[in-house]
Amino acid sequence: MAQSLTHGETALPADWRDLFALTKPRVMSLVVFTALCGLLAAPVSVSPVLGFASILAIALGAGASGALNQWYEAGLDAKMKRTAGRPLPAGRLDPQTALQFGIGLAAFSLFLMLFASNWQATLLLAASILFYVFVYTMWLKPRTPQNIVIGGAAGAFPPLIGWVAATGSVAPLPVMLFLLIFLWTPPHFWALALFVRSDYAAAGIPMMPVVAGEQSTRRQILFYAIIMAAAAIAPWPLGYTGALYGWVAVILSLIFVALSVQVGTRRTGDGDLMQPEKRLFAFSIAYLFILFGAVVADRWWPL
Amino acid sequence: MTDENSNLPPDREPFDEAEYRRRQRSRANMMAWMLGALAILFFFITIAKMEIFA
Repeated sequence: MAQSLTHGETALPADWRDLFALTKPRVMSLVVFTALCGLLAAPVSVSPVLGFASILAIALGAGASGALNQWYEAGLDAKMKRTAGRPLPAGRLDPQTALQFGIGLAAFSLFLMLFASNWQATLLLAASILFYVFVYTMWLKPRTPQNIVIGGAAGAFPPLIGWVAATGSVAPLPVMLFLLIFLWTPPHFWALALFVRSDYAAAGIPMMPVVAGEQSTRRQILFYAIIMAAAAIAPWPLGYTGALYGWVAVILSLIFVALSVQVGTRRTGDGDLMQPEKRLFAFSIAYLFILFGAVVADRWWPL
Repeated sequence: MTDENSNLPPDREPFDEAEYRRRQRSRANMMAWMLGALAILFFFITIAKMEIFA
């Protein structure tokens, strides 16, 4: 139940736990991990302090994006079961505080990045925050079912920023890692969208299953999974990674495609528990974690 | 305090001063820890940069 923010004329100060929840900590964990992998895969040695500060800046930037996203989407979140308990729709935090917190955190993350690393990484971090807030959240998400496809670019920035923070320049491998997350995002989110479809429909968000229908979404999951698998394996034959990464990518991508075939070729009836979709969604998270771990392992302990 | 609260609309909860103070204290503590950690982090970043440019 929503808790009143104002008691008489006196507003309650926001609880720090609600401010923390505003940063979407679970999403941030994947951002931090992929950024760290980008930084550790770079062919230079980075001072641990500067590396830590750069990753912290990326994490804070991602937190700021999450906070500004939740501020803008508070009305939509209130309509969805999955998000109704967030601090803003639940009434535990007022929108003004969330907006100030998001902008302040974004500004601080950019300052920290500039102080700890270089202007190139700072520029990329600023671009990723602006892209997520303005292009994805405000423009694409409420307008087109392709929101996830193009918006996926925002989540693909961290390994690139990590690499640039370490080296000061862009190289083919981090661009391939960017491409990998970019192509991974549609099957990952559409698998989720399939089993929370009614939620998105209730909020009026044009997610693919709501607009194009379930069968079309399933076909597109399979299509993107196949291109993603090719993009995941590509760094090995192209010579940017070694056999350790290559074999991990081959095995995990085959499993990913197999799970996507299962999702892509089936039809569901009423009361379906959506187990294959849930399995694909859960595996997609592990897939990205393990693959990025393999990029680092391959750089430090090549076969 | 209770007299004032009896005039509040039914959806308003009575003012809970203890909760107000608890939140203020918890935020102040969190801010103090964060500022302390940042001061230490900025010190070490400066030292690391000095070593790079030395």
